[in-house]
Amino acid sequence: MARIIVVTSGKGGVGKTTTSAAIAMGLAKKGHKTAVIDFDVGLRNLDLIMGCERRVVYDFINVINGEASLNQALIRDKHCDQLYILPASQTRDKDALTQEGVGKVLEELSKDFQYVVCDSPAGIERGAHLAMYYADDAFVVTNPEVSSVRDSDRMLGLLSSKSRRAERNEEPIKEYLLLSRYSPERVKIGDMLSVDDVQDILSLHLLGVIPESKSVLTASNSGVPVILDEKSDAGQAYADIVARYLGEDRPHRFIDEKKGLFGKLFGGK
Amino acid sequence: MSLLDYFRITKTSSASLAKERLQILVAHERSSRHQPSYLPQLQKELLEVIKKYVNVDQEAISFNFEQDENQETLELNIVLPDHHAKNL
Repeated sequence: MARIIVVTSGKGGVGKTTTSAAIAMGLAKKGHKTAVIDFDVGLRNLDLIMGCERRVVYDFINVINGEASLNQALIRDKHCDQLYILPASQTRDKDALTQEGVGKVLEELSKDFQYVVCDSPAGIERGAHLAMYYADDAFVVTNPEVSSVRDSDRMLGLLSSKSRRAERNEEPIKEYLLLSRYSPERVKIGDMLSVDDVQDILSLHLLGVIPESKSVLTASNSGVPVILDEKSDAGQAYADIVARYLGEDRPHRFIDEKKGLFGKLFGGK
Repeated sequence: MSLLDYFRITKTSSASLAKERLQILVAHERSSRHQPSYLPQLQKELLEVIKKYVNVDQEAISFNFEQDENQETLELNIVLPDHHAKNL
């Protein structure tokens, strides 16, 4: 049985697809057979972030409609043979996703995969709803910014009421906070909500903080998930997140300001 | 504490303002999320019944739904006008 993870946020542009690509790659690199699905029908981008945009032949909707088999549509990642990508349709509209169809595809994937990562579209419409409906775990990607925090809280409400687990009165979806685009320098001068501030408001289990990083854009430019850039801070942050999710105990990093030469020389705490 | 820190504290930071605003908003949105779906209809019908006896308008009536671990409370508050009895 696969564990189904939804990467969600409500708000757009906070790093859902970057996160989906990174954690799917991280899980696969740890030897777990992983599939990552793009639920953003009409605006697919996971293929581009994963660098497989030219290998898309069939998509998620084709599989749901029986126009292609799951094996025909799944794209094997070129960096890791344990990782497969199921792209969204670029031409259909989001109504082509049905609850039953999504359920069938996830059930079939569950037989063969250990983890299925569902990359949710922004918003709270059908695609976002279906991405979270069958989830076992939710990665709530939040930026330290008012609208993102508010939308995340809204998504938490939906996770606890509009999911299959909620409808069946099963154990609730496990929710984790991933705080992205974090800038310790701005937090220190009081310009940005801190990890503790966001935790106070959302009361979620913190899986990790991803610092604002140039490496994220560089990675998307070249179509390589940022977690493969092992030297970068964001890549290391995602590697920590995957390890923590899998049960490793790793201390949190990237929360405090990096000390420059000046800071190192003149101390402080 | 250095002189610099002193200046930093006297000015309310935008982050603390953001936190305060969010805490109020999120608390409000969470409470309305958990209220029963029949509440708006109940509110409307109660208002109609009350209007049969007392001449009040929408603003004079406030509903407050609260939920804690043990119980749910529906609080209904009606401010009666000075001469509240309608001349029937």
